[in-house]
Amino acid sequence: MSSPTKQHDSWWKEGVGKVLTTVSASILILTTLAIIYFIASKGLATFFSNGVSLVEFLIGTEWNPEGAPGQFGALPFILGSFIVTVGSALLAAPLGIGTAIFMTEISPRIGQKVMQPVIELLVGIPSVVYGFIGLSVLIPFLRNSFGGVGFSILAGILVLTVMILPTITSLSVDAVKRVPRDLKEASLALGATRWQTIWNIIVLRSSLPGLLMAIILGMARAFGEALAVQMVIGNTTAIPKSLLSPSNTLTSGITLNMGNTIPGSAYNNALWSMGLLLLIMTLIFILLIRWISKRGQA
Amino acid sequence: MNTKAKDRIATGVFYAMAMIIVAVLFGLLFYILFHGLQRIDLQFITSSPEFMKAGGGVGPQLFNSLYLLVLTMLITLPLGLGGGIYLAEYAPKNKVTDVIRLSIEVLSSLPSIVVGLFGLMLFVNTMGWGYSILSGAFALTVFNLPLMVRVVEESLSSVPREQKEASFALGITHWATIRKVLLPVALPGILTGAILAAGRIFGEAAALLFTAGMSSPNLNFANWNLLDPASPLNPFRPAETLAVHIWKINSEGLIPDVREVADGASALLVITVLVFNIAARWFGKWLYRRLTAS
Repeated sequence: MSSPTKQHDSWWKEGVGKVLTTVSASILILTTLAIIYFIASKGLATFFSNGVSLVEFLIGTEWNPEGAPGQFGALPFILGSFIVTVGSALLAAPLGIGTAIFMTEISPRIGQKVMQPVIELLVGIPSVVYGFIGLSVLIPFLRNSFGGVGFSILAGILVLTVMILPTITSLSVDAVKRVPRDLKEASLALGATRWQTIWNIIVLRSSLPGLLMAIILGMARAFGEALAVQMVIGNTTAIPKSLLSPSNTLTSGITLNMGNTIPGSAYNNALWSMGLLLLIMTLIFILLIRWISKRGQA
Repeated sequence: MNTKAKDRIATGVFYAMAMIIVAVLFGLLFYILFHGLQRIDLQFITSSPEFMKAGGGVGPQLFNSLYLLVLTMLITLPLGLGGGIYLAEYAPKNKVTDVIRLSIEVLSSLPSIVVGLFGLMLFVNTMGWGYSILSGAFALTVFNLPLMVRVVEESLSSVPREQKEASFALGITHWATIRKVLLPVALPGILTGAILAAGRIFGEAAALLFTAGMSSPNLNFANWNLLDPASPLNPFRPAETLAVHIWKINSEGLIPDVREVADGASALLVITVLVFNIAARWFGKWLYRRLTAS
């Protein structure tokens, strides 16, 4: 029989661990709630305190927050964000998935020895570096080949494509690797060519959910990227006329103006509303991923 | 077209795609290192930046990046360990645990500029810390924490079940089992993950613009007084990091050698990430060999 003090002692020691870890875990929930609360309270103030209409903010095309009366049409920013995100996903998805299949199915040796380490390294390269390379290599190239200033939606799309390629590729590799070996071998044994196996078994069936998740995570990264895009997109607040016209995104609008506006002013609050939009889009991307992974399991 | 020909064309297309990616990615790395290495020397990494004229270095920025990294890790490691242990060992299967997992997912996919805005409001304004290293470190913690929690949880879950059950069978309590049996085995995995995460924070910029600030006061590296504004160790001073510096000089364009300084700083960032990657692999393997019998 152990004495009461000893029992108390062990309970105390046992309790410390549980309490400490529970506190750490609850900090995660608290931080998330605090972020949502803070961003939402500031972001909604635009509509409730400053009297800007939500409809104008979402679909208005005139952005002149310092005018009298101020105009708060944020559609150029919203549109810019969506165009660069979709554009870069359209370029990066086929390239990334194709490369992932090359790395796992066609030449695993080169894939694992050479490409895997380089891609892992590139996932970690700071986005400012991508922006700077875009600024010093891509912009002059675009200027010389298409005329104009070079700063454009197209430049934003290309920089983001290179930036999300490593993300999409490495996640796709994981997805393709999860396809059971038997399935592939059965397909080959039945006389299907490698291409037929890749297309029908791997891409269209087994790893489709994983590949979609890779694309969505890449899109989420592109949508939220601030500095790399801001450096090359030209920061002109107007609905873009072509891929070569300069434009703006939600993130670049916040980056450039948050420091120069007076806290509490309608202009400043409108930037917080743009932050709130980014937050909402993040939640939508997460919901999409959850939905796909549920469908994938069923 | 018959299936054989299709197969051959498809293989060709896959090769082409892989070649494009390899060319772009290797080209990028080569470009950064080739241009940057010409610029990096002792003077560049130790001297202060210049305003308006050429020839400045990135000494204070490099120090700020490292100091911010250390502070962030000091905050993140204990919290990450706690959260990871909770999820791996204590968390019951219920709604609360689901909410914790959802929080991790939200925190790790938030755009960094949004985290920066949150830091601006909570740490800079509400807490009154101003643009400071401390505000920056807490903002970076918001990113880093979910990563750390995941790393710790995964490392703990990959410890063989038998080791844990053997410990329980000897009458050792759960908490003691975690500390004495599970954590040592999981340590290599945790450290590898921590070092990789460190590489990620080192290059972060968007979250720091409005938290750690875009300026660096004149530093006196002989001054170790934590509360002196000129002391490099003062956590309440503004601190521009390397990544922020690259952005700032490019958008301001005040110095004539923007291109050269940014080339050098980019290469420094990339080399650091490279070193972190290699260190993480090497250190994890070394530790694993030390701690296990293999």
